[in-house]
Amino acid sequence: MRLIVPLRGVIQGRGGLFVGSLIPCCLFYFLQLYLKGRRPPPSDPTELPRTSSRSNLFSRGNSIGRVRVSSRAAPVAKPSDSPYYIGLERVKTDPYDRILNTNGIIQLGLAESTLCFDLLQRWMSENLMESIMQSDHGEFDISSIAMYKPFEGLLELRVAFADFMSRIMGGKVSFDPSNMVITAGGTPAIEVLAFCLADHGNAFLIPTPYYPGFERDIKFRTGVELIPVHCRSSDNFTVTVSALEQAFNQARKRGSKVSGILFSNPSNPVGNILSRETLHAILEFAQEKNIHVISDEIFAGSVYGDKEFVSMAEIADSGEIDKSRVHIIYALSKDLSIPGFRAGVIYSFHEDVVNAAKKLMRFSSVSVPVQRILISLLSDVKFIEDYMTTHRQRIRNKHIRFVEGLKQLGIPCAESGGGLYCWVDMSSLLTSYSEKGELELFEKLLSVAKINATPGTACFCIEPGWFRCCFTALADEDIPVIMDRMRQLAESIRS
Amino acid sequence: MGLPLMIERSSNNNNNNNNVVELSRVAVSDTHGEDSPYFAGWKAYDENPYDETHNPSGVIQMGLAENQVSFDLLETYLEKKNPEGSMWGSKGAPGFRENALFQDYHGLKTFRQAMASFMEQIRGGKARFDPDRIVLTAGATAANELLTFILADPNDALLVPTPYYPGFDRDLRWRTGVKIVPIHCDSSNNFQITPEALESAYQTARDANIRVRGVLITNPSNPLGATVQKKVLEDLLDFCVRKNIHLVSDEIYSGSVFHASEFTSVAEIVENIDDVSVKERVHIVYSLSKDLGLPGFRVGTIYSYNDNVVRTARRMSSFTLVSSQTQHMLASMLSDVEFTEKYIRINRERLRRRYETIVEGLKKAGIECLKGNAGLFCWMNLGFLLEKKTKDGELQLWDVILKELKLNISPGTSCHCSEFGWFRVCFANMSENTLEIALKRIHEFMDRRRKF
Repeated sequence: MRLIVPLRGVIQGRGGLFVGSLIPCCLFYFLQLYLKGRRPPPSDPTELPRTSSRSNLFSRGNSIGRVRVSSRAAPVAKPSDSPYYIGLERVKTDPYDRILNTNGIIQLGLAESTLCFDLLQRWMSENLMESIMQSDHGEFDISSIAMYKPFEGLLELRVAFADFMSRIMGGKVSFDPSNMVITAGGTPAIEVLAFCLADHGNAFLIPTPYYPGFERDIKFRTGVELIPVHCRSSDNFTVTVSALEQAFNQARKRGSKVSGILFSNPSNPVGNILSRETLHAILEFAQEKNIHVISDEIFAGSVYGDKEFVSMAEIADSGEIDKSRVHIIYALSKDLSIPGFRAGVIYSFHEDVVNAAKKLMRFSSVSVPVQRILISLLSDVKFIEDYMTTHRQRIRNKHIRFVEGLKQLGIPCAESGGGLYCWVDMSSLLTSYSEKGELELFEKLLSVAKINATPGTACFCIEPGWFRCCFTALADEDIPVIMDRMRQLAESIRS
Repeated sequence: MGLPLMIERSSNNNNNNNNVVELSRVAVSDTHGEDSPYFAGWKAYDENPYDETHNPSGVIQMGLAENQVSFDLLETYLEKKNPEGSMWGSKGAPGFRENALFQDYHGLKTFRQAMASFMEQIRGGKARFDPDRIVLTAGATAANELLTFILADPNDALLVPTPYYPGFDRDLRWRTGVKIVPIHCDSSNNFQITPEALESAYQTARDANIRVRGVLITNPSNPLGATVQKKVLEDLLDFCVRKNIHLVSDEIYSGSVFHASEFTSVAEIVENIDDVSVKERVHIVYSLSKDLGLPGFRVGTIYSYNDNVVRTARRMSSFTLVSSQTQHMLASMLSDVEFTEKYIRINRERLRRRYETIVEGLKKAGIECLKGNAGLFCWMNLGFLLEKKTKDGELQLWDVILKELKLNISPGTSCHCSEFGWFRVCFANMSENTLEIALKRIHEFMDRRRKF
């Protein structure tokens, strides 16, 4: 899943609108920050005396205090200093277009796939109308889509989702629709889980590098902290129990209460598929510390390598583990390329979490007409199987091309078997092996090579030089263009 | 800042293997309120729902404010305009592609423009709405919660006039940690908000060391079914300026005012004010759930005159986005001025007639209602039937109405009404026949009581 990026444009090609709006927006932000610094510190609101003349009061202007927002809201509107968002902004100022803007910045910073749009488009044009407007009498009955329905999602949708998830995960595990709550995307799914499993000030352990959006999804409103558990290239960035143990103990010494472990599998940004052993180890660790496990499996259907994907749901069933500590999030944004539809899942083995999440869905539920489309879509077994096979194949092909292209330039990638991106080791291009060096390279990539790739620092990676490059929105002909630009940049750096 | 930490936990989960894993305070809290009578009646309905043909003696749901009176208008329009899926299908290839990927929290421009235009029409053009100040949320419930997160910190308070929509206890407080301090209103002046009541509520908060961040009103009011007078709105804004706090006006029933001229939106008041420091404390919540009868679509909006709030709300709306598909589906319908004008007009008329039917019917049974002019419900006074004018007395009567008359109505106590014996009765979520049956049951009940 991904969080909405500030000021993100609609789609490529509309950069013009944002050139005009970006610069004044930046100026406005800085002006606000400047003014905020100059304002006197907050105190109890001073009250103005009553006046008999209302129009006098309303025109007094300067003597009325400026009304303020809450302290938790204040950081939200600030421009982000994360390279993840900065990169996305920069693309909007000059987005690459194969025909109209061949010198523009190529977007490799967004994990989304357009590889199978043709299949989806065809399905939609053949089925959309029917799936929304259908009714038992053959005539359109608006009450089937207009009226209040359970916020946790129609039962038919939960059934369809359960079946779909089972299928895309290789049919080795089944999901019970009554443990499932449908959310308006992956973003609310993770936030609601954070609200249910941890109090304000508690923390989740999270292996690094991790998806930058979690910083907002989890911290914005819940007040839950994220404690990084550093992973290294020597393990292909796979989390170890000793690292978990260390992070847990350090947290305890600081007085931080750890409520759970959050990780993505397939991982983002590395693209690792966690082995059964690793999953067991994580679960046993959680059992020992009596904490929760949240497995973000949003890329489960985007597995293209040879390694088998195993869901935490499967592992939870084995052994003497208390299943109720296991929770899974999923969404259709990545595997089915429909982030705009906003459809995600919280799947929990804990009855009270399911009940609380159901009630919280009134704040983030999926519109009924969209649910009806999804019921049709997810239940169309033949379509889904064809789609998934093609989707995997196309990612695999694109992955091979992309990685090979970089290899030719002496730029290796981490081993990956899932996701819509690869984890690229550009340390050989760093002028200094440090975060500073990495950010300098990030800037060169943007301004010289005109490529937006997400630097490891944005993902809290402990080793400098790694970049996430998303390749599933690229056409085959875009790849040589990218490699050519990379080659030129590499040559200029290495000389 | 922050929620107070729990002193003693029942288990130290860091060491003990045998303990069940803990959940958060939010998860175990009962602030969701689903154990209150407001919701208990719904359970009774779920177990024995009225059906004209199959279960004519079942419970009639009069506790749900849903608008079904104008469904036919929507159906006809959609069938006419959407025969080949041109509006709701994806005949145009580019349409789907954009929808599928589009998850920009700004929302579709065409849809925001359509919402702005619709909101202007409802107000008879007496206020303008800038589409760039519209932030979309998945329903008004989400809009109210989002605004609360933005305007108040945990343990701060919003002042809310009573009686108020029971859902506010959950929507404004549950995850936000914000408190509600009631502004007490009573029948002596038709439950209108007075400056004295405002001052008193503010003082109550201050005495308890609670920081007040804003006032939140519903206009037209739920559960009163009446519009807020212009003078009251002006007094409210005046109060908010003097205390330097926010004013949130939830106007989700604005299109359900029986006579358009009787509704004054806070937007109209603000329209004539140039001073930003006054305007920027005003925020409006709207939704298509009540006026357009589309609660299933989950479309809500925050309209704010405060740039910072707009920006912040937009970013936070990531947790509650409206599907691009839904926006696409509604944009053309809401921009169709001919249709919306006709819809708004006919919808108002039908609601007015329903209201008159129920109020007349109740009057014949000897029951008075508050003089209302809006909404999907009436505010009925059964105080004279109470043995004891207490909360228990009211709940006893409510229980009798639920069990004997098989009518689920909402007791005033669940709306925090300070006078006992008032009930909210919804009339727009059923056919005219069903309404007649409900009235008949009430008549019979009153007849029986008179005999004693």
